[in-house]
Amino acid sequence: MAEFALPKNSQITGGKTWPKPAGATEVREFRVYRWNPDDGKNPSVDTYYVDVNDCGPMVLDGLIWIKNHIDPSLTFRRSCREGVCGSCAMNIDGQNTLACTRSMHDVKDGAVKINPLPHQPVVKDLVPDLTNFYAQYASIEPWLKTTSPTPQKEWRQSHEDREKLDGLYECILCACCSTSCPSYWWNSDRYLGPAALLQANRWVKDSRDEATGERLDNLEDPFRLYRCHTIMNCAKACPKGLNPAEAIAELKLKLVERQI
Amino acid sequence: MSNVRAKSMRTPLGRVRNLGAAHSGTGDFWRQRITAVAMALLIIPVVVVVIMLLGRNQAGAAQILGSLPIALIMLLFVIASCWHMKIGMQVVIEDYVHSEPLKLVSIMANNFFAVTVALASIYALIKLSTGV
Repeated sequence: MAEFALPKNSQITGGKTWPKPAGATEVREFRVYRWNPDDGKNPSVDTYYVDVNDCGPMVLDGLIWIKNHIDPSLTFRRSCREGVCGSCAMNIDGQNTLACTRSMHDVKDGAVKINPLPHQPVVKDLVPDLTNFYAQYASIEPWLKTTSPTPQKEWRQSHEDREKLDGLYECILCACCSTSCPSYWWNSDRYLGPAALLQANRWVKDSRDEATGERLDNLEDPFRLYRCHTIMNCAKACPKGLNPAEAIAELKLKLVERQI
Repeated sequence: MSNVRAKSMRTPLGRVRNLGAAHSGTGDFWRQRITAVAMALLIIPVVVVVIMLLGRNQAGAAQILGSLPIALIMLLFVIASCWHMKIGMQVVIEDYVHSEPLKLVSIMANNFFAVTVALASIYALIKLSTGV
């Protein structure tokens, strides 16, 4: 059966409360998931107090402040700090989002609770192992496939056809959507998940691509595609405001369309 | 999930591709929609017939179900609902039952159950409506 409870070695126990920064007039409480693969202990939730007058407004700013001023062992991914790279995806106050674009002032009431993306193996602290997620993206072969002779210049596309890729090409593969999807939690070994399927639709809809049928063949599967039950967590979670559920519905429609 | 990954020495892409696409699923997806629309159209007439049948004895019920349009509505509803039930339950099993032997047995039992319920209902309807 699907596992609904955390394995014993993943259950959260205790956690350290770090002292409030000396001299700070206004602090914000952060409760952060911690797990170290090297100490053999269960995960815990540590409590930190961030001096909000000494750091930027975003949750990522708070995490960086903690790492610089309180606990250099706190581990998380970050790079662009402006919602372009997708590195700092994590679960903040119960919702998957990017730490760099979520203001800590938008987290109402009390502590800012931060966990790694749900239902993925944890490498350390807030860093999830996304190996399977990236392999699923590779499996949809996200590149232009053609058999016609390559033109002297670029492959041409009308403005109208280019517009069809809007709402798809913006995906930054942060994994917020896939890891918010219950179907993906239970069947991520076989279900490709919203992110890979949105990307699949991006290539199915590309007017320059000549492998549309082959792409649909590879998606037509009770598990790869049809595990999507239009739960819509993906659309709610996407920090870029995209709608993977709609992209998946478009794929299903195309598969019906070519049969009837 | 993590344990499976740790034990396997296959590449991540090899694991994702696994046995390849089944090239099926669209049939069930489409039939689930057809039966849903059919049930949405049939549910009000079916409720009306059921209300008409309330409190009647077998002869009274047989008289109502003897009408061809009414018998047809009931038969279509039984077929649509049993088919829909079978597909829906199979989706639930595929979602949550991960042990392959248990999954096969559950899907088989689901098929048997849906067919049995459908045939029993159809038999009863035909028996009543023809007065045999």
